[in-house]
Amino acid sequence: MKLLVCISKTPETTAKIAFKDGNTTFDENGVQYIMNPYDEWYALVRAVELKEAHGGTVTVINVGPASNDVVIRKALAIGADDAIRVDADPNSSMFVAKQIAEQAKDYDLILLGKETIDYNGSEVGAMVAEYLDLPYVSYGTNLDIADGKATITRDIEGGAESSQIALPLVVSAAKGMAEQKIPNMRGIMIAKRKPLNVVAPVAAEDLAVVASYTVPEGRTSCKMIDPDNMDELVRLLQEEAKVL
Amino acid sequence: MVLVYTEAHNGQFKKAALEAVTYGNKTAQVMGTKCVALVIGEATNPAELGKYGAAEVMTVNSGNLAHFDSQTYGHAISAVAQQAGAKVVILPHSSTGKSLAGRVAVKLNAGCVSGANAIHTMDGGVFKVKKNVFSGKAVAEYQLNSDIKVLTLSGNSLKAEDGGADATVTAMDLEVPASRVTILGVDKQQGDLAPLPEAELVVSAGRGMKGPENWGIIEDLAKVIGATTACSRPVADTGWRPHHEHVGQTGVAIKPNLYIAAGISGAIQHLAGVNSSKCIVVINKDPEAPFFKAADYGVCADLFDVVPKLTEAIKKAKA
Ligand SMILES: Cc1cc2nc3c(=O)[nH]c(=O)nc-3n(C[C@H](O)[C@H](O)[C@H](O)COP(=O)(O)OP(=O)(O)OC[C@H]3O[C@@H](n4cnc5c(N)ncnc54)[C@H](O)[C@@H]3O)c2cc1C
Repeated sequence: MKLLVCISKTPETTAKIAFKDGNTTFDENGVQYIMNPYDEWYALVRAVELKEAHGGTVTVINVGPASNDVVIRKALAIGADDAIRVDADPNSSMFVAKQIAEQAKDYDLILLGKETIDYNGSEVGAMVAEYLDLPYVSYGTNLDIADGKATITRDIEGGAESSQIALPLVVSAAKGMAEQKIPNMRGIMIAKRKPLNVVAPVAAEDLAVVASYTVPEGRTSCKMIDPDNMDELVRLLQEEAKVL
Repeated sequence: MVLVYTEAHNGQFKKAALEAVTYGNKTAQVMGTKCVALVIGEATNPAELGKYGAAEVMTVNSGNLAHFDSQTYGHAISAVAQQAGAKVVILPHSSTGKSLAGRVAVKLNAGCVSGANAIHTMDGGVFKVKKNVFSGKAVAEYQLNSDIKVLTLSGNSLKAEDGGADATVTAMDLEVPASRVTILGVDKQQGDLAPLPEAELVVSAGRGMKGPENWGIIEDLAKVIGATTACSRPVADTGWRPHHEHVGQTGVAIKPNLYIAAGISGAIQHLAGVNSSKCIVVINKDPEAPFFKAADYGVCADLFDVVPKLTEAIKKAKA
C-alpha cells in the first residue's frame, strides 16, 4: 500500500503573532516553526501505523522553500520512508493543492491534518480530492484499512458518522485518529539518510491571497466580581454585556 | 447571483443555514444582485428561507444524494452554480461545508476563503473578505482574484434576520453520479444542543475540576442557560470529557456570545480558540491565572463554591 501524507509548517503554538510591511506580511522574526500538529500527531502517525500493520510505504509531501526541510526531516524521523518537497512558496490553498495533486497520482491513501493552526483553512484536502476525482472524508477520528477498503469514523456536529469507501481516497485527520509520537534517536539518525526529493512546481494561479492582517485588540480590563454576589454577575451579563 | 447552500437536519434548517442566507442576501446587496438558496435533500419548508433573504429557493433531490458525500454534493452544488450563473457560492463553516468548499472552488476555478466572518468589501473593484487566522490571534483580509468566489461563513458571525416573505421554490433536475461512500452508521452524542462552533452560549471547564465525577455543577450551569459544554485540552486528553468538547488552538475554535470558563488557567493555546467570544467570564481561585487578563468578568474563588451559586442566581433572575 502506498500512503502519502501532506505536511505543512506552522508557527509554534506560543509564537508571537505580529506583522510587518504595513501589516501585509507575517513577521517571522524570532518565530520557531513546527510541523502542523494535525498533520503530525494524527495523519502521519496513523499512516506509519497502517504501514506497519499492512506493509507498504509512507511518503510525505510539503510545498515550501528549502527552510522547510527541518520539518520534513522530522516527519522522516517519525517513520515516513521518503519525502517530496515542491520548491515553491505556498501562497494559496489552491496552489498548494494543485502541486500535491500533481505528485499524488498513484497513491492508495492520501492523508492530511483537518486544518493548519495558522490559516485554519481546511481547504486543501477537498481540493486535492477534486483534482484527482477521489472520495474525500474530512475530520476522520478513526481510520482502518481492510480488503482494499477504508473504514472511517468522522466527526459531524454533535456526533460521529462511520462509513466505508474503496481505496484510493483522501482523508483529513482529527484528534482521536492516533496519538502523538516523539521520534527516537534511531529514527532521527536514519531520517538523515532517507530520500528527500525536491521537485519544481507546476504552473498554478493564486486565486485568493492575504492582502493584509490586523491583530484584534485585547481585552483591556477585567471586572472582578465579589464571589458572594453572583446576582451582580448575572445583572452585568444581562444589562451590561447583554448576553443572557 | 449569490448561491447559498443550506443544510437541514431532520427537515429543519440549521441555525448556520439561516445565518448563511442572511449573509448571502447582504453579500448580494453589495453586489447589486439577488440571493438564491439551495436545498439538497429533505426540508420541511424550503420556502421559509425567503424570510431570511433568499429571493428564490432551488431544491435538488436525487437518490444519489440520500447521504452526505462531499463528491456527490460538491458535484450538485457546482452544477447548480454553473447553471444559474452564481458569482459567489456560500457554504456554512461546518464539517460538511468545509469538506465541500475546496471541491466547489476547484470545479468553478474560484478563489476560496473558509471561515469568512464579515460581509465582503469592494475596494477599488477588488473583492476582499476577512477571516480569523492563527486560531483567532489575528484577522486576515483576503483578496480574491477570480471571477467566481467560494466562501464558508463562520458560525455566529452575524444574526439570522427574518422578516421577508416566503420565496418561490423550484425543483432542479440534475444528473448526480452515484456515491462511492457507504454509510455504516451515525452516532448522536449530543442531544439537541447547538454544536460548539455554532453555540451562542458555552460553559467550559478545565483541570481545576479535579475529576470527571465533578462535572455535574458544570452541566447544571449549562442547562439553566441552554449552553453547550466545552473543556480544555488536558481534560479531553485524559478522557474526563469527550474529544469533541476540546476547545483551543488544537481543538474547536469558537466565538459564542458568552464563554464561561471555570478552573481553566488560560494558556495561550486555549485562549487562541476562545478569545473571539464576545464576552468571557473566568472563574479561577488563583488571582494570577493568565485567563483573567483575557476576561471581561472575573470571579476569583473556589469554583466548587461559585459555580452552584451562579446557577442559583441565574435561576432566580429567570424566575
Ligand atoms: C502544541 C500545543 C497545543 C495545545 N492546544 C491546546 C488547546 O487547543 N486547548 C487547550 O485548552 N490547551 C491546549 N494546550 C495545552 C495548554 O498549554 C494548557 O496546558 C492547558 O490549556 C491547560 O488546561 P487547564 O487550564 O484545564 O489546566 P491547568 O493549566 O492545570 O489549570 C487549571 C486551573 O484551574 C484552577 N483551579 C484549580 N482548582 C480550582 C478550584 N477549586 N476553583 C477554581 N479554580 C481552580 C487553577 O488555578 C488553574 O488555573 C496545548 C499545548 C500545546 C503544547
